[in-house]
Amino acid sequence: MDDLDRRLIDRLQYGLPLVRRPWEALADELAAPPAELRRRVQALLDDGTLTRFGPMFDIERLGGAFTLAALAVPETRFEEVAALLHDLPEVAHNYRREHAYNMWFVLACATPADVAASLARIEARTGLAVLDLPKEATYHVGLHFPL
Amino acid sequence: MNTEQHLELRRLLEQGLPLVPRPYRLLAERLGCAEDEVLAQVGEWQAEGLFRRVGLVLRHHALGYRANAMLVLDIPDAEVDDVGRRLGQAPGVNLCYRRPRRPPQWRYNLFCMIHGREREQVRQRIAALLGEQGLAHHPHALLFSIRAYKQCGGRYAPAAERRHG
Repeated sequence: MDDLDRRLIDRLQYGLPLVRRPWEALADELAAPPAELRRRVQALLDDGTLTRFGPMFDIERLGGAFTLAALAVPETRFEEVAALLHDLPEVAHNYRREHAYNMWFVLACATPADVAASLARIEARTGLAVLDLPKEATYHVGLHFPL
Repeated sequence: MNTEQHLELRRLLEQGLPLVPRPYRLLAERLGCAEDEVLAQVGEWQAEGLFRRVGLVLRHHALGYRANAMLVLDIPDAEVDDVGRRLGQAPGVNLCYRRPRRPPQWRYNLFCMIHGREREQVRQRIAALLGEQGLAHHPHALLFSIRAYKQCGGRYAPAAERRHG
């Protein structure tokens, strides 16, 4: 990754302009030809630095029900429970964290009833009590990684 | 554009923006409508908050952002909105939410995500942040992530979307 890649990623985190020829608009800013910028984005996608390029739809705005949930999983059962969650389509993320509650995951369902049913299913299958922590207020959302 | 074209446009965009000189013209050709109609619709969705920007999803690990901390605090109910808004504005705080307490297992009601390259650097930044904001005396905990077992890049929450689809 060179300086242009870094400037390109940094700039694209703020979004591609919504115009007919977006890469031309960016080319002036970054002082690189539009085709070169597109080639760079493709290369960064190919090597896995970027996992996606395009609009990220916030399905909370489109409807649906969500929660952040946590489990305190005994060490010996961690992989087993992680595999179980991995196979559930409503599990959107699952992170291992350093805490007594060591498994943190997001459930994304169509309705609140589906979330409740999923939590109950997870409790039944794991025999563990789930901490259910739905979002009550959003103060800030803005992932940005300066390079 | 009709409803069917709206849905199809969303489906196409969820696969990513085509890397061509005029991406909206290419999408318009696939949908059988005009480039400006596509641009207008995408602009409308953005204005409505369906998406924030035509941006990218970074594998932040690949960029050296290996330390991902969830800072949780127990802030009195009367103060939590104010503290949440302040913390949300602080540099380096990527996400900030209020969530319910679940006593006795879980006492914390304010959640912040903070990413950094090194754990120690993140720890120091958070200590400084709590000091600056006068929050160090509130009970809090720092939960570093060790590993992502499942990560979805394409949308905020693809599972529910698929179910609708």
